Amino acid sequence: MFSAARQLRERGVLGLNERNADFIMRLNPRRFYPRVDDKALTKELALAAGMAVPDLYGIIEHQVQVRQFTDMVGDLKSFVIKPAQGSGGDGILVVTGRSERKRDSFRLSSGTLISKGELEHHISNIVGGQYSLSGNRDKALIEYCVHFDPTFAEVSYQGVPDIRVVVYRGYPAMAMVRLPTRESDGKANLHQGAVGAGVDMGSGVTLGGVLNDEIVEEHPDTGALVAGVEIPQWEFILQTSAKGLEVTGLGYLGVDMVIDRDRGPLILEMNARPGLNIQIANGTGLSDRIARIDELYDASATPEERAEISRREFKLER
Amino acid sequence: MKQRYVYVLAALLAVIGLSVFLYKWQVLGFPLSEDQEKPVWTVESAVHFDSGPGSIKVQLHIPTLTPGFRMLNENSVSRGYGFSINYGSGGREAQWAIRRADGEQTIYYRISVYEDDTVDESDTTPPFPPLPVINEPLKTAVDVLVADVRDQSADTASFTTELLRRLNDPSPDPNVELLLSEAASDAEFVDVARTMLASARIPARTVHGFSLAGRQRNASLISWLEVHDGDQWLYFNPATGESNLPDRFLVWWRGNEPLVNVEGGSNVEVDFAIQENHLDAVAIAETQVSQRGASAVGVSLYSLPIQTQAVYAVLLMIPIGALVMVVMRNIVGVDAFGTFMPVLIALAFRETKLLWGVVLFTTLVALGLSIRFLLDRLRLLLVPRLSAVLIVVVILMMLISLASHRMGMETGLSVALFPMVIIAMTIERMSVVWEERGAIDAMRAGLGSLFVAIAAYIFMGMAWLEHLIFTFPELLLVILALVVLAGRYTGYRLTELRRFKALAAK
Repeated sequence: MFSAARQLRERGVLGLNERNADFIMRLNPRRFYPRVDDKALTKELALAAGMAVPDLYGIIEHQVQVRQFTDMVGDLKSFVIKPAQGSGGDGILVVTGRSERKRDSFRLSSGTLISKGELEHHISNIVGGQYSLSGNRDKALIEYCVHFDPTFAEVSYQGVPDIRVVVYRGYPAMAMVRLPTRESDGKANLHQGAVGAGVDMGSGVTLGGVLNDEIVEEHPDTGALVAGVEIPQWEFILQTSAKGLEVTGLGYLGVDMVIDRDRGPLILEMNARPGLNIQIANGTGLSDRIARIDELYDASATPEERAEISRREFKLER
Repeated sequence: MKQRYVYVLAALLAVIGLSVFLYKWQVLGFPLSEDQEKPVWTVESAVHFDSGPGSIKVQLHIPTLTPGFRMLNENSVSRGYGFSINYGSGGREAQWAIRRADGEQTIYYRISVYEDDTVDESDTTPPFPPLPVINEPLKTAVDVLVADVRDQSADTASFTTELLRRLNDPSPDPNVELLLSEAASDAEFVDVARTMLASARIPARTVHGFSLAGRQRNASLISWLEVHDGDQWLYFNPATGESNLPDRFLVWWRGNEPLVNVEGGSNVEVDFAIQENHLDAVAIAETQVSQRGASAVGVSLYSLPIQTQAVYAVLLMIPIGALVMVVMRNIVGVDAFGTFMPVLIALAFRETKLLWGVVLFTTLVALGLSIRFLLDRLRLLLVPRLSAVLIVVVILMMLISLASHRMGMETGLSVALFPMVIIAMTIERMSVVWEERGAIDAMRAGLGSLFVAIAAYIFMGMAWLEHLIFTFPELLLVILALVVLAGRYTGYRLTELRRFKALAAK
C-alpha cells in the first residue's frame, strides 16, 4: 500500500487531496468561481476577451419562459440545451434534428426521439436547479450545436469530442481529447464512460487512451486506434486556453474546447476543479509539469508566450 | 507558511484537550471506563452520655490527616446542639454545645472516605520532643532501657523495633516490668513506648484508628505507634515491632488525648459502626471537583439533568461520526451521498440496531427510488417533486411500521427514527445519479454511503468511547485537531492508488 503510494509519488501523480488543498484552494479565489460555474457568464467573459464560443440562441431563466422555448429555437434543426451551472456534463441535451413527420418531435444525438413536452420538462428541471451544483435555481442555455469536425470521426461514437486543457497559472500544463462512446451516451465525459486520450503538448497529436481508468488502445465502438490523430489548430487551442487565466482569474483551470467543422476551435466551458483522469490519459503525472511551470513562471508573459513555453517544455521526446 | 499554522493549531488543540483530560483522569480521578465503582466506607461514631443539669459541651476527635484515604463527605446529627469544627493539638475536633438537655443524649458524627493512594502523610516534620519529666525510680529504668536499646540499634527504625521487642518480651527484664506495671490498655502501652522514644529524643506519637473491612458494628479502635525518622513518619505495630500499618487503616486521631471529652455529662460511651458501600467513581470524582475548587476544568456533563445528559451522550458522538466521515472521504476516498448523510443514518442505526437498520434503510431507499421513478413520469418541478418524495418517504415509514407491527416484529417500529428529510434527499440524489451516470454509479455511491454509515455506527456505538467522550468532553478538541490535520492531508486517497494503478505500473 505504501509502496504503491510511493510509486505514484515518484511518477508525479497528483491526488485529489493535494489538488484541492494545494492548488484549488490556493490559486482559485472563491469570488471568481461564478465566472466558470455560470456558463452564461463564462460565455460573456470569453466573448469580451475575443475568444470564440458557440452562439447563444437564448437563455431561459424562469419557469414561465419555458414555453418561449419553441420561439427561441424557431426552425433550427440542431441546438444544445444545457444548465448554466451544471457540472460534469449533467443535464446537457443535444438535439441534432427533428422528426420528418411530427414537427414537435426532436431527435437527440443518441438517435432517440423526444417530444416537445419532454424537452420542456427537461428545461423546467434545469431552471428548478436539478443539475446546478448548489441545488439553487438555475438558467437553461440554448446554444449552437457544434458540427462535428471530421478529424475525430474515426474515434468517436455519436456526440462531439472535446479537448480539455489543464492550465496552471496561465500555462497549459496537460491536455487530453475526450471521445464519446456508446457507453457515455454520446457525451464527452470520462466518468460517464468516454475515452480520454492524452495529447502531446508539442505537436497536438493524440497518444494512447484511457477508458474507465484502464488504458485502451482502440476506441471501444469504432475499433480505430486512438493514438496518432492530429488536432488541427493546436497552437491556437493552447493560446486560447492560456487566456483562460486572464478571463477567469483562476490559477488552476480546466478549459474545454470543441472543434467545429465551420468555425474551428470554440470554448465550451471552463472548470475550476478539473479532474485528474487527464493524468491517466497521458500516462504521466501533473506534479512535475506544475513544478516546471513554477520555475519558469513569469507574471508579465503574454498568453501567446506562455502557450509557446508550454509547447516547448512539455513536448514529447521522440 | 499556512501549513505551519495548521500544525500549530492542531498541536495546541490536542495539547489543551489532552492535558485537561489527563488532569481529570489522574488528579480528579474521573474513571476511564464506565461502571467503575469504588468502595466507600462510612464510619459513624455515636457519643452516648447522660446529661447533667447545666450546659453541655462535647468534644470529639475526628479524622484530619488520613494517609491512603480521601474524605468524600462528613456530617453530624445532633438535635439542638450547636456544631463546629476546630483544630486542636491532636488534629480536628468536632464540638457540640447546648445550653440545656434532658436525659440520655446521643450525638452522631459520620464520615465517608474512599481509598486514594495519592493522599500522603502531609504532616510537617515535628521538632525534637522535650525530655519527659519522669520521677524516680521510673527514670532510672527508662534511662537504662534506652541506653541498652541504643547500643543494639542503628537508626530510628531499628531503635523502635528493638524497644518494642523488649516491651513485648514474654519474660521481661525487671525494668520493663516496672514501666509496664501501670499500662492497662493498648493505648497506654503505646504511650509508654512513646515516652521512652521521647527520652531518646525521637519524635513519636500514638495514632488511633480502624482497619476498614466490610461491615462492622462496635468497631474497636486500634492504637499504633507513629515514629518520625527525620524524613518521614513510620508506623509500628506496638505488639510486634513490625514496621507496617494494618490493612486499610483509617487514622482517626493522633496523640494521647482522650477521644472524647464531655463537659456537663456523665457515663460517656463512644461506639463506632463501619459500613462499606460502592459508589460510582464518577460521583466520587465530582466531589473532588468541588473540594478542590477545580470547577473551571472539571465542568462536567454529569451535572446536567438526566434527560439532557441522555441527549448529550448522543450528540457528543456526532463528532466521532464526523471524524469517521472525514477519514472515509479524504483518506480512504469512499464515494457517498451528501456530506453528513451517513452520520445521520448511523445515528438512526443506534436506535434500530445494525441489522434492522440496514434492512429498513435499504427497503426505504429502494421503495422510495421506485416511486421516485414513477413520479419522474409526471414531470414535476424540482421543489414539488422533492416534497412529493418526502411525503412518500413518510408514508412508507408509516406502512413499514404498521406491517411489522402486524407481523409482531416490534423492531420495524423504529423505522420512524430515520431522518426522513435526509432519506428523501438521498433518494432524489440517487435517482439523479442513476439517470445521469447509470445504475452502477448510483449503486456504488449508495453502497458507499451505507458502508460509511455502518463504519460510523460501529465507532459511535462503542460504549467505552461514549463514556470517554461524555466524561471527558475536552477530547472533542483532540478530534477537532485530527479533523484539522486531515483537512491538510494532501497525500493520495486509498482508492486513488487503485485508480492510478495504470500510472504506477508503467
